[in-house]
Amino acid sequence: MSELKTAEPTQAPFAGKPGAHEHPVDFNSYLRRCVYVFVAVVCAVSLMLVASYLPAEHFNWAAKVAMILAIACTNAFVVAGFLMHLISEKKMIYTLLAFTVFFFTGLMGLTVWAMQDFPAGTTH
Amino acid sequence: MEIPYAVHPRPDTGIYNAKVGIWLFLASEVMLFGALFSAYVLLRVGAPAGEWPHGWLNVTLGTVNTLVLATSAITTLMAWVACKTRQFGKFKFFHGCTLLLALTFLCVKAYEYHDKWIHYEIHLTDGRIADGHLRARDAGSITIEGRYVTDEKDLYDLRAQKDIQTGEIKIPRSQIKQMENYGPWHNTYLALYFTLTGLHALHILGGSIVIGYLWGPGRKLWKTDPEHFTNRVEVSGLFWHFVDLVWIFLFPVLYLT
Repeated sequence: MSELKTAEPTQAPFAGKPGAHEHPVDFNSYLRRCVYVFVAVVCAVSLMLVASYLPAEHFNWAAKVAMILAIACTNAFVVAGFLMHLISEKKMIYTLLAFTVFFFTGLMGLTVWAMQDFPAGTTH
Repeated sequence: MEIPYAVHPRPDTGIYNAKVGIWLFLASEVMLFGALFSAYVLLRVGAPAGEWPHGWLNVTLGTVNTLVLATSAITTLMAWVACKTRQFGKFKFFHGCTLLLALTFLCVKAYEYHDKWIHYEIHLTDGRIADGHLRARDAGSITIEGRYVTDEKDLYDLRAQKDIQTGEIKIPRSQIKQMENYGPWHNTYLALYFTLTGLHALHILGGSIVIGYLWGPGRKLWKTDPEHFTNRVEVSGLFWHFVDLVWIFLFPVLYLT
């Protein structure tokens, strides 16, 4: 039975910092981290709710949307960074995500770029 | 033949193959949901002023579901930590909690869908519109819990309207010109709402099946190869966190803006 051919151990273009994220896992410190993250998420959700109910006379719709999305992005950063370990991942994952960010930005950028081409009357 | 690097990291990447695989899959998922979000932006910006619905969804239920999903993300991570520290009892507890929370999320979503399903907009022959939740129907009439409006635009921005008076309305079928419930066919907003949340709910269902498998029949791998099992828990956890991330954006976009 032949073995699958794999890369030589000496070639390590994506390995990143050796030993990163390989430290021993401590149950209690993770539990503490999770409590902090949960509190942060609750705060973010509360802030989004407050922002959505801000009086329309002082804050126009665009400002409110920008505020809410900024809070949502912060919330997503906390979840991705601490729960998905993205703050201490391998270079390979960052490379992959860099491509994703590029294409996602392109997708959203093209949508905004085509602002003048939007179809009108899309309610129904 | 044993599949290489299912347990130990590849020397060149520093990670095991399943983790590369799930991140590639998540990258494709970002593009899938990104396309739907860009469709939302396109249609939202193209809507005439004052004609995009506001306050049609129950913010309290949306907030509850946000917190339920955030808690499940925590329990998923703790299940992985329990595996890493070789505490299988705690793994079973935390993954069991994740399953219950996923079920809670789906039940709340099903309730919200049902609420829209029995919500009707009824155009009458005299030009008025009756809007409300269906309570009873028979051969001669329809009974709803709702109100009358004269202009359809009065139904768009519910957050701007204070103290909406509703009551039981019995409408003879002979007076009904057109009747439609708040399903995905009702308007663009609801089409987007059902598409985005429906796809998200399918992801919750898929993730629950995988987590349920690891919690149930799949856990026998723990006895023979605990590290391999731990890696499977990590991969399923990454997917679950992604589903949570999608909801972090869906909630404000659909419920709050």
